[in-house]
Amino acid sequence: MSDQSHAPTDHDLAPGEEEQHSVGTRILGYVVGLALALLLTATSFFIAGTDLVWQPSIPVALIVLAIAQMGVHLVFFLHITTGPDNTNNVLALAFGLLVVFLVVGGTVWIMAHLNANMPPMDQIMRMQ
Amino acid sequence: MAMTATAGHAHADPHHIGVVIEHPGPASKRIVTAYGFWIFLLSDIVMFSCFFAAYAVLSGQTAGGPKGSEIFEQRNVAIETVCLLLSSFTCGMASIAADVRNRFWFYLGMTVTCVLGLIFLVIEFREFADLVARGYGPSRSAFLTAFFSLVGCHGLHVSAGVLWLLTMMAQVFAKGFRADVLRRIMCFALFWHALDIVWVGVFSVVYLLGSAA
Repeated sequence: MSDQSHAPTDHDLAPGEEEQHSVGTRILGYVVGLALALLLTATSFFIAGTDLVWQPSIPVALIVLAIAQMGVHLVFFLHITTGPDNTNNVLALAFGLLVVFLVVGGTVWIMAHLNANMPPMDQIMRMQ
Repeated sequence: MAMTATAGHAHADPHHIGVVIEHPGPASKRIVTAYGFWIFLLSDIVMFSCFFAAYAVLSGQTAGGPKGSEIFEQRNVAIETVCLLLSSFTCGMASIAADVRNRFWFYLGMTVTCVLGLIFLVIEFREFADLVARGYGPSRSAFLTAFFSLVGCHGLHVSAGVLWLLTMMAQVFAKGFRADVLRRIMCFALFWHALDIVWVGVFSVVYLLGSAA
């Protein structure tokens, strides 16, 4: 008569909390996360000191590797997933990332153009 | 029968849109606590992003002092990184042990996490002390000010984490795996993993980009 059979399953998950798994599965998740994180870290340190790749690509590669490793940490250690039980956690994370990108990107952008947009007074006088 | 079903669902479907949503009631305290702590961690990461922005702006302002590539030692940073990564793993093991109420593995995981965190702190402290002894303290240049405040702020967080870790071990020893103690262990694990994420940014942006440039 009523469809209460599915009711207990669709609750929210706390951040860091996993769905019900056996201990072995959970340990395996951490092992996979650790292996991926160590691999990405080793790649970062290798890329930073190598002459094998085109030098101007190194900073971009380091930033991409860092973002990838942060993703690995979020998924395997903090258990932030895209599942419906994780919506609140993902939304909070998305808002946090928005603020982080506004702060870092905005600061770098403004400060990089500061000399062009706000020259010292004697330079302005010379322009006139 | 249809009448009673409608009456029974009237509360769950107040606008009669035909979609019945089962309300399981307020979330459990475990979820509310961890979610609140997640919000705190995100605001902490926003605070770190301000330090990162300051460092990105000031990293070239050496005022005749040393550049990053002249004072960073990659070997120490690699050891620090491996320590933090392994401690994140052992912290995960300790939280699994707490969930299955296994005291031995919980104490073992937390002890290894604590030792790895202390090794990280000792290496970082020796690096700072060495820089200050060479006259490259935080007052030498804007670059060094930004460097010391960013890396030092992360180091302070790790120190607080180690104190919290010891407190959790003491609480499990004195009170056992009570529900409130388990919630605190969960928040500690979140804190420790989040510190690891910040360190990924630190070693990539400060040390590796600094020595590459």
